[in-house]
Amino acid sequence: MTFFEMTGTVIRSLLKKPATLMYPVKPGKKTRLSRGHVVIDKENCILCRSCQRKCPTGALCIDVKEKTWQIDRLRCVVCNACVEVCPTHCLTMDTQYTPPMTTRAGIWKTPVAGPKKKVAAAAAGESAQPVKE
Amino acid sequence: MSKQIIVPFGPQHPVLPEPLHLDLVLEDETVVDVIPSIGYVHRGLEKLVEKREFTEYVFIAERICGICSYIHSNTYVSGVEQIMKIEVPERAQYLRTIWSEYSRLHSHLLWLGLFADGMGFESLFMNAWRLREHILDDMEATTGGRVIQGVCKVGGVRRDISPEKLDEMVKGLRTMEKELKGLTNVFLNDKSVASRLKGVGVLAKEDAYQLGAVGPTARGSGVGIDLRQTGYAAYDKINFSPVVETSGDCWARCAVRAKEMFSSVDIIEQCVKKIPDGPVDVKVTGTPNGEYFSRAEQPRGEVVHYIKGNGTKNLVRHRVRTPTFTNLPPLVKLLKGVELADVPVVVLTIDPCIGCAER
Repeated sequence: MTFFEMTGTVIRSLLKKPATLMYPVKPGKKTRLSRGHVVIDKENCILCRSCQRKCPTGALCIDVKEKTWQIDRLRCVVCNACVEVCPTHCLTMDTQYTPPMTTRAGIWKTPVAGPKKKVAAAAAGESAQPVKE
Repeated sequence: MSKQIIVPFGPQHPVLPEPLHLDLVLEDETVVDVIPSIGYVHRGLEKLVEKREFTEYVFIAERICGICSYIHSNTYVSGVEQIMKIEVPERAQYLRTIWSEYSRLHSHLLWLGLFADGMGFESLFMNAWRLREHILDDMEATTGGRVIQGVCKVGGVRRDISPEKLDEMVKGLRTMEKELKGLTNVFLNDKSVASRLKGVGVLAKEDAYQLGAVGPTARGSGVGIDLRQTGYAAYDKINFSPVVETSGDCWARCAVRAKEMFSSVDIIEQCVKKIPDGPVDVKVTGTPNGEYFSRAEQPRGEVVHYIKGNGTKNLVRHRVRTPTFTNLPPLVKLLKGVELADVPVVVLTIDPCIGCAER
């Protein structure tokens, strides 16, 4: 009895496709909700720093003067907190992971458009707050 | 009497995935005493509670452990909710129950795989992990993460599951159950597995109770404690009974976990049948002021989160007592008198998770 069961398992295993995937040659199977990495839409960022304040690991750094948005990929835990809090929805979650790195260089800096003229004053006033704290 | 020697076991050992160190005092091949020591992966996550807002700390609470991650966040969140007296919507409670059981399924399958690997049964190990992949796929499709779900928040849950997806999940689990039966059949009825496990590392019922064993370690010895019976989340509306074995040996602890998987599938199905419509979260205002002991049943046993707030947005104290920590005294008792070759199997049966015991 056991012998037939074993033979059956062996034959099935021989005929079936492998249960594993040749990652990263073939991309990993992802769903709509999968959290891969955060991407930013440069045009819509108003430098409000909400994402920086909400980040639980301090991976985000926004420079209002230089108008840059910076993320440390090695610190980011892909928790989705910044994406949820972004008022202009310029941050989105990509479903694929970032490719593996060969050097210790996770910091990724990008220049962004910054606030539109009308809201510039309000954003400047808001950004002064955390410094006071 | 032969000479006593000390053999170090761990923190790096081929059979042990966790950094647990044991000094085994041997007489010939028999263990006469054990000196356990932990402290290799302390990360100071409890202290971090003073630096992060209580709503953000959920992400850190979830990362205490990489296997029972979801239940840690669930326990922390329900503790904060009890302090702030937040009424969580019923749908969110049911969803939390479903994800808790999924988490238990994936943890038990992982453990069964590692246990088979510890016994030297490689093909069983791979089969267990192949089945676990179905569970992880469902988790990713509903929450966005395979092992770190990040779906709990103070006041509810972040994501909802559509009714179609819920039905599909139950159908998937029912199909998987057949394969699961084949897998557990090997653990429960195979002759070679039984000869490796039966009668090895016996923990008597009184010892399990007195040494404070929790989870499958206690239930394998006939102590029927299951924190889910206290009715947190939606467990009070679900009909289930804890799985209890009485022989107290390695086989019994393995059997408890194997049979618990079917009870988990059953609980998920009941949840899907009973889940009401409605919102999944409520708006949270104010800050926690007070203290609370939040308890929950993890795959490894009872976990306690002590939470204390003083009315500011940062909590004052967060203390976690993990099941592995409580299961260490029973482990010392279990190991006395076993053969050296059986030590890996006995250590694995308490399912040590040192990453979460040290935080």
